Amino acid sequence: MPEALVITIEWITMGTLAILFVALLGLSLVYGERKVAAWFQQRIGPNRVGPQGILQTVADITKLIMKEPLTAGRSDHFLYNLAPFIMMLAPFIVISMIPYAKGLHILDMDVGVFFVTAVSGVGVLGVLLSGWASNNKYSLIGAMRSGAQIVSYELSAGLAILTVIVLSGSLQFSEIIESQREGWWIFRGHIPVWIAFLVFLISGTAETNRGPFDLAEAESELTAGFHTEYSGIKFAFFFLAEYVNLFIIVSIAATVFLGGWMPFHIGGLDGFNAVMDYIPPIFWFLGKVTFLIILIMWFKWTFPRLRIDQILTLEWKYLLPISLVNLVLVAFITLMGWYF
Amino acid sequence: MSSIVNYFKTVFGGLKTLVQGMGVTGYYFRNARKEIITQKYPDNRSTLKMYDMFRGVVVMPHDENNMHRCTGCSACEIACPNGSIEIIAPRVLDPETGRKKKVIDKHVYHYSMCTLCNLCIIACPTDAIIMDQTFEHAVYDRSLLTQVLNREGSKLNPEVKE
Amino acid sequence: MSQDIIMNPDGTQEYFINMGPQHPSTHGVLRLVLTLDGEIIEKVEPHLGYIHRSIEKMCEKDNYRQIIHLTDRMDYLSAHMNNHAVCLAIENGLSVEVPERAVVIRTIMDELTRISSHTLWWGVMGMDLGAITSFLYGFRDHEHITEIFEETCGARLTMNYNVPGGVMFDLHPDFVKKTKAFLADFKTKLPEYDTLLSNNVIFLERTKGVGILTKEMAISYGVTGPAGRASGFASDVRKHEPYSKYPNVDFKEILYTEGDTFSRYKARIDEMWESIKIIEQLIDVIPEGDFVAKTRNVIKLPKGEFYQKVETARGELGVFIVSDGKMQPYRMKFRSPGFSNLSALNEMAKGGKIADLVATMSTLDLVVPDIDR
Repeated sequence: MPEALVITIEWITMGTLAILFVALLGLSLVYGERKVAAWFQQRIGPNRVGPQGILQTVADITKLIMKEPLTAGRSDHFLYNLAPFIMMLAPFIVISMIPYAKGLHILDMDVGVFFVTAVSGVGVLGVLLSGWASNNKYSLIGAMRSGAQIVSYELSAGLAILTVIVLSGSLQFSEIIESQREGWWIFRGHIPVWIAFLVFLISGTAETNRGPFDLAEAESELTAGFHTEYSGIKFAFFFLAEYVNLFIIVSIAATVFLGGWMPFHIGGLDGFNAVMDYIPPIFWFLGKVTFLIILIMWFKWTFPRLRIDQILTLEWKYLLPISLVNLVLVAFITLMGWYF
Repeated sequence: MSSIVNYFKTVFGGLKTLVQGMGVTGYYFRNARKEIITQKYPDNRSTLKMYDMFRGVVVMPHDENNMHRCTGCSACEIACPNGSIEIIAPRVLDPETGRKKKVIDKHVYHYSMCTLCNLCIIACPTDAIIMDQTFEHAVYDRSLLTQVLNREGSKLNPEVKE
Repeated sequence: MSQDIIMNPDGTQEYFINMGPQHPSTHGVLRLVLTLDGEIIEKVEPHLGYIHRSIEKMCEKDNYRQIIHLTDRMDYLSAHMNNHAVCLAIENGLSVEVPERAVVIRTIMDELTRISSHTLWWGVMGMDLGAITSFLYGFRDHEHITEIFEETCGARLTMNYNVPGGVMFDLHPDFVKKTKAFLADFKTKLPEYDTLLSNNVIFLERTKGVGILTKEMAISYGVTGPAGRASGFASDVRKHEPYSKYPNVDFKEILYTEGDTFSRYKARIDEMWESIKIIEQLIDVIPEGDFVAKTRNVIKLPKGEFYQKVETARGELGVFIVSDGKMQPYRMKFRSPGFSNLSALNEMAKGGKIADLVATMSTLDLVVPDIDR
């Protein structure tokens, strides 16, 4: 077969798979969030549509699709319609970089981490565009706040990942996972990796506008912030993008700190490691991701919201200095070899 | 120096309170099965029982001989604050005593206006009306909410004294 | 808005935002017009009247037994206390002695209503600030109390349990047992409230030093209730002009001096502890006897003016009856606590941000039907 045809077929297959995966992900994450929130709040959650309420998200998406796709009258039509697609663009690219099991990934660049951090910044563009193009005071305020917040927290997130890069010595995702064959970095690198993990979790929740950092879409204050003017399928895109971003942050955390698809090994105990290897790696990956997702949902349903100036204070006065000092610390520890 | 100490105190103190807060919600998450307090309402109608005092709607109880206890004295109509009760009780010649006496023809109850304040129940001298515990009375036609409480062909229980 | 737009020296101008009648965080139909400069609030103007139902006018055509059920619907979270106020005013006019059993029952019901109102307030406060779970926890405890009410009084929110002279029916046999069970359970839940919100560092950052109301301002605007007591204005009617069983029970008046949002929050939490103490002193010693005094069927107050103050969950409610000897009152006027509390909102919110306005309004605990009547 001519090479161009092979590549085209590969494109189309991979693209379809990625889209299906993202769709399924959105479905299950929205359902999961509602069930988990219900258990925190001493109630049952969706339980009527389908057995145990599994088809609830399908019903929601059907309703959203059937809504009239309004375009606000005096908005900038082109940018207004473009913004949801840009919001969905960044997650798609990053989904293809994550290794789900040994060899199960779409792309594996040797500057993987660098590429991922660069691309996830494209999401800011979607937020700012939607706020500006809506021609609405509330949306503008929400978009400005959200833009400032995302741009600030990308710094800390990047520095937190760099900690593990220093320890593992490579930017490539599959190499990072291979370097955790003797044990996950969260156990082997001790204090600096714990600090980095905490910083990454906090920055990750702030990046996706979730949890205590969701001021931009705070219902009780500005009625939906930057996506006020969107309804129907365009709103569904924003909604979905938030959950897929959550999955991405959590997968990166699981890959870099918790070993991705690598089972739980203790360096030196070969019998134990062989037993652990019986469980297929894809289940290890999904288990870690589920655990971290429940943790981040736990944050959202427990804490009150921070004000915008408190969000920025937290980043610039607390997280960033701590991350920088942590980076120096981990470099020192790596040079001296003081890790397991 | 103290500012550095304060800085770390804020960080660790703050983290500690956050973790304690998460402990509270975490408890309910882990014990969700026994701590769920909501009822699956439309599905549990067969076992749902309201308290005896619950005020749902005013009814006039009839016994097995289709007899009620309403003498048409209009005490409930006077006690009602907003006119939800209308008594239609013409004076009829009583064959035994030869005098005219009020006999209840219709006890009209406007459920659409009733505030369920209970004043009519305590005003009634013969305990003719009581509060029932049913609460699902939504209808599509408003005229169904204007009810006549005494049934067709029912008579006053002769034991009831004025 | 027909107001002159003021241009600032650097070329920016202020703009208006309408937190309209339908808004998730103004508890009820309240319209606020905010004048903003960037993110800082310059002026807050409340527009009322969206839920005015002319209760005071309706009272002029009903006789004295029938006006009580209308007051249930004014401040529906302290329904018992509203009824209690009107009944006390009528009983003072008639010079009728309420039997001891009814007095104690009324006081216990008052304090239970106060706790239920404060738990609902706590839930809504958490939800306004973003901790949505606290809404469900507050409602769980509120529900516990409304079930006790449903068993004894027959209704959950608009109880109509007081009549001039006493209460409408006697207590249910299970009342004492269930109230004690509730108190035992609630004393384990209040520390959870503290762990979840009061000690939380995010909550403290949002509420400390925000929305300050000085003592002079509180007295000038007439801000009573926990909001005024958190600024140092000692205005508890139960202490200073006691009524019912309050002279004989032992409880503290909660006063703080800072006057910020956090002190108002703490004042309400402490009031819940005090209410628990009051109920515990009374629940075991309910005297036997009549539950209502004998009054005439048709009540007519003598000519004159009668005023009665009670302490509701929001502040001081005053009932003013002008009677000209007939079966219906000539004029009834309610001094509602929410109205005076709301008038101080402009003072408290000036200079803060919108997020601070939401937190401040939450601690004022406004129930708009009380303001609009």
